[in-house]
Amino acid sequence: MTAIVEVRDLTKRYDGEKLALKNLSFKIVKGEIIALLGPNGAGKTSLISAICGLTTISQGKVFVSGFDVQADYRNARSLIGLVPQELMLEPFETVMGTVSLSRGLFGKAPNPSYLRGILERLSLWDKRDSPIRELSGGMKRRVLIAKALSHDPKILFLDEPTAGVDVDLRRDMWRLVKDLQRNGVTIVLTTHYIEEAEEIADRIAVIHDGQILLIEDKRLLMKRLGKKQLLIELAEPIETLSNVLEELGVKLHHEGCRLTYTYDMEVEQTGIPEILGALKSEGIRFNDVRTEQSSLEEIFIELIADKTG
Amino acid sequence: MNYYAIRAIYTFEMARTLRTPLQSFASPVISTILYFIVFGSAIGHRMIPVDGVSYGAFIVPGLIMLTVMTQSIANASFGIYFPKFLGTIYEHLSAPISPIEMVTGYVGAAATKSVVVGLIILGVSFLFVPLEIAHPALMMGLLMATAFCFSLLGFILGLWARNFEQLNFVPTLIITPLVFLGGSFYSIDMLPPIWRDVSMLNPAMYLISGFRWAFFGSSDVSIQLSVVVIGFFIAVFLGIIWWIFATGYRLRN
Repeated sequence: MTAIVEVRDLTKRYDGEKLALKNLSFKIVKGEIIALLGPNGAGKTSLISAICGLTTISQGKVFVSGFDVQADYRNARSLIGLVPQELMLEPFETVMGTVSLSRGLFGKAPNPSYLRGILERLSLWDKRDSPIRELSGGMKRRVLIAKALSHDPKILFLDEPTAGVDVDLRRDMWRLVKDLQRNGVTIVLTTHYIEEAEEIADRIAVIHDGQILLIEDKRLLMKRLGKKQLLIELAEPIETLSNVLEELGVKLHHEGCRLTYTYDMEVEQTGIPEILGALKSEGIRFNDVRTEQSSLEEIFIELIADKTG
Repeated sequence: MNYYAIRAIYTFEMARTLRTPLQSFASPVISTILYFIVFGSAIGHRMIPVDGVSYGAFIVPGLIMLTVMTQSIANASFGIYFPKFLGTIYEHLSAPISPIEMVTGYVGAAATKSVVVGLIILGVSFLFVPLEIAHPALMMGLLMATAFCFSLLGFILGLWARNFEQLNFVPTLIITPLVFLGGSFYSIDMLPPIWRDVSMLNPAMYLISGFRWAFFGSSDVSIQLSVVVIGFFIAVFLGIIWWIFATGYRLRN
């Protein structure tokens, strides 16, 4: 797998004081969607800013497609598109005007038909001559994406792209991101919506306090750190668990109406047949049996909680 | 060289100007007409000619310089400060643009606007006073050099300012007094010796004096010295801008 971004020993210190990034090293694989997760102030935006050139690098190196983002910034930056977290747009400019500016800034000749294609794809073509101040928040978010795509980038950084947008637009964005990936664009996404990472990311990186706690394939991560839980809804409530069930690790919940059992998906002997056998032998009847898998959100919360003690 | 970026910034900035023609062009022209009415028509005929030039004509170069200097600073400082204020500067910082290209786009647009305003004022002045320009090519050269020089200063100011108060602080409290006291409306020979000496420390005086020389062939200081002073300030301002981009001061932090 080819790395399109390589971060080597990256450190960022603001004004000689706060250490926002602490010696980070990792690679982003060409064509993947990678989600950067972390609590507020973890360093997600600082990391994107350092890669994209918005902030100086205190120490270390970042390469985009082999180009050093400092020494060879022209080649490196021309491959990058950035959608910032805030709705930062000039209110009096028109949609087409601001998208054309973006294309020019990235050294591309005017190409109205290409820009038309982007605006149509983002349902902005009808608004091309509208001043940005007249657009809704969701539309402004689309304009930011159109600007980032105006120069046909090979890697797109989306800094919390769905913050504050409605469910429909969020789903539209997810579809767009998947489309871009199919067209060969690498996507780096920061988000607070872990559901979003779970839905669209190929890999997950968890950042906390300027350090990367882990970076791993999403499915492997969920399999490795995720827990599965067996839930048994009893036909009649019971007051206490038998010693056998307790020793098997079963817990009693919901005023004696539900049994729960957490097990490891990776092991061969899950213990479920033994539990069902014990229930039968003790004459405990049940109405429903189901399993639940821990979400990425639960894994994330556990990881951060472990780190913060 | 990223010519498309320079063009994009330049046309974007010029488009902003054309969206607000009253603010961009009418406002400075009306202010200047008022100066002509007050200093040229109302007071001017009571003033003795300066170096053989009627007072009404004498103030024309000073009025043009006054407007060009203040407009250049205002245009360039606002041009770069507004994207900082809105946050849209992120796009310039993440684009494959060199500092030279960014300065060329922003300062070029700011200087263009100022030169256009200066030429409009010159055109208007022909309506009020009889005027002949001794060295038209040099006049144009100095007009453009001054617009460029003060646009560079405005660009620095816009990069430095953290808020609108700081943005207005330098033009209001430093530049305007320097330009007013730099001989816009008088020859420094009219001043008592001590104030004449103080005026020699005023950089604006050299620029106004040089511009006046291009009109009338006479001025407070030699044209060569005026050209050297303009060149010196352009070099200093370019050096400061280079340092800002090299360190990311108030830009990439």
